[in-house]
Amino acid sequence: MTSDGAVVQLTDAVALVGGFPALAGATLTLQSREVVGLRGPNGAGKSTLLRLCAGLVALRRGSGEVLGCDLATRGGRRAVRRSVGLLGHETSLYDDLTVAENIRFWSGAHRADDDDAGAAMDHLGLSGRLADVPVAGLSAGQRRRTAIAVVVARRPRLWLLDEPHAGLDSSGRDLLDRLMLDAAASGATVLVATHDRGRIDDVLTRCVEVEGGMVRESVDG
Amino acid sequence: MSALTNTLVGPSSSKVSRVVGIMAIIATVFMLLLALVWSPPEIDQADAVRLFYVHVPSAVIALYVAFTITLIGSIQYLRKRSVFWDLLAHASTEIGVLFCALVLVTGMLWGKPTWGVYWQWDPRLTSTTVTFVLYTGYLAIRRMDLDPAVRSKRAAILGIVSFANLIIVRYSVEWWRSIHQSATFGLDTQLDDLMLFTVFWAVVTFLLIFTWLLIHRFRLAWFEHQASTSSLDDAIAARRAERSHPPLAGESV
Amino acid sequence: MGRAGLLADAALIFKKDLRIERSSKVVTVQVLPFAVMTLILFGFGISPDARVLLGSEESRTVLAQVTPGLIFIAVLFSALLALGRSFGVESSDGTLDGLRLAGLDPAGIFLGKAAAVMVQLAMVSAVVTGGAFLLFSVDVGWSPSRAVLLVTTVGAATTGIAAAGTLYGALAAGLRVRDTLVPLLVIPVLAPVLLGAGQAADAALFGAVADGWPWVGALALFALVYVGVGILSFESLLEDA
Repeated sequence: MTSDGAVVQLTDAVALVGGFPALAGATLTLQSREVVGLRGPNGAGKSTLLRLCAGLVALRRGSGEVLGCDLATRGGRRAVRRSVGLLGHETSLYDDLTVAENIRFWSGAHRADDDDAGAAMDHLGLSGRLADVPVAGLSAGQRRRTAIAVVVARRPRLWLLDEPHAGLDSSGRDLLDRLMLDAAASGATVLVATHDRGRIDDVLTRCVEVEGGMVRESVDG
Repeated sequence: MSALTNTLVGPSSSKVSRVVGIMAIIATVFMLLLALVWSPPEIDQADAVRLFYVHVPSAVIALYVAFTITLIGSIQYLRKRSVFWDLLAHASTEIGVLFCALVLVTGMLWGKPTWGVYWQWDPRLTSTTVTFVLYTGYLAIRRMDLDPAVRSKRAAILGIVSFANLIIVRYSVEWWRSIHQSATFGLDTQLDDLMLFTVFWAVVTFLLIFTWLLIHRFRLAWFEHQASTSSLDDAIAARRAERSHPPLAGESV
Repeated sequence: MGRAGLLADAALIFKKDLRIERSSKVVTVQVLPFAVMTLILFGFGISPDARVLLGSEESRTVLAQVTPGLIFIAVLFSALLALGRSFGVESSDGTLDGLRLAGLDPAGIFLGKAAAVMVQLAMVSAVVTGGAFLLFSVDVGWSPSRAVLLVTTVGAATTGIAAAGTLYGALAAGLRVRDTLVPLLVIPVLAPVLLGAGQAADAALFGAVADGWPWVGALALFALVYVGVGILSFESLLEDA
């Protein structure tokens, strides 16, 4: 971790997606225990920003450090992945496996605790009948709950959520908001891309705007 | 002559490629005289032996020179991540595949008068055919719509593995055919001194032609690369300019 | 990451892929019948009544004579489908990103996926071999040494096919044209396996057993080379950045 304790420290970060500079100079600092919202139009670079922080996209120019790992090096990008939880548009689930099998496989892959996996399933209401249903048979919202359970079970230090509310019902949204607050309270940091207005603003510490591949700090959420 | 001069000394040529090109032309003229006029027909194969003077150098270029350059370029790319080696490997493979095709065509044309059939499962022709398809696959990966860096990396791995495969295919096919019979293409051919010299001269000529083609193919690839990447600064500027558009409804701060 | 981590990751992926197969049964109820149907098609394409003379009075049906080659052609085509499936489950819904994020050892991912494909191919090979003997009326004077040679041949060949196939599957991963590109890439690579396995199986069925073992050695070497290449190159292949 950097000396000033920043969890994420990006300076003029440029990242390419298929040769296109989806991030064209992003500057962003996140402190521990913050819940920061990312807002901006479609194609603004929000997803790329999250993937950059997760170590999945290479830093082309500028500097970037997440949880003390240098995003400019391959080793740094590999190292950071284990400590972040990314929930993208795609849910990273195997259609042919059941909810329980998926959660167990991914917790095993992340070397997470089996008890944590069970607790996460309970917490997201996936322990009953749903546990043995193949993911292919789930609704979009149930799918998202499963993906959230995978992230929760890992206890990541940095949560990177890409429009996590999509497809969730109102109880799911409340649950997710509570999870973000709990995570921040326990010392983690949350960066969440969202189009939502209203309820979510109570959760967010502050908001930043992304547009044209750049980040601009804005008024507190 | 002026049209030819223009191609050789056109805007895309350099001093080196000009010299190589002119040398290639002179060597080709000399090779044609040697192969078609001065050298005698062979005792058994008669004039069919003249196909030799294209077949052998093409095989030498494709299997030994071009794909070796692909291998070296691929290894160097993975080590240094420099575009130079990547483009060199690509250019060399393309020309290698071309010469590979030439090997197959001349081999089959030679087979018809010599064996009575175009194809006789000759071990070298068979393994060359497999090699041809192998490197066609390499070229297919190069055409894929991927992030350029990802594509180059995958192509480099393929360039290395393909060379190992070339050797595996070569030996396994030869072993396989050795069980049965085989007068491989030309091994029992009676060559006199002038014919041997013609083969040697043809190899030199084809090396010059290959070098000239390689320089130009590489340069073309280099220009294409420049055109697509020199604009990263422009692309970043254009990307940033997107934010000057008026904010969408509901997006106002 | 140490060796234990590598093997643990390989086991995790291996079990996951077999569990997916157990619930989806794609190989069992799609690839396997396809392989059997290929055998039937060989019978249609090559007349079942055509015979080759073996000496002055003995003869054998052409189908029986070419059985060693047909078995591995059927296995090779089935392998293309099995490989397509193996990478099909990873290409949808960003699971490759998930594997990257989990920080699994890439070499472990390669070994796990290759081992799962190998197990599935071994199953296909067993059915295809049995089916060919049955359908083509292969009359073999069985001896333990012949059976051992045949089983070893199938094991070495399927390992080579699975290792090379997994490597090339990863090369084409994430491409829209993966289903057509993988056969183009992998068939010339696997051509020597077909040669070696055909020769070894021919020795096991009809020839001298001793003639088959050098080919099995070549198949084992091929498998070893590709397992090695896969272990070394999978990290570069999985890293997209």
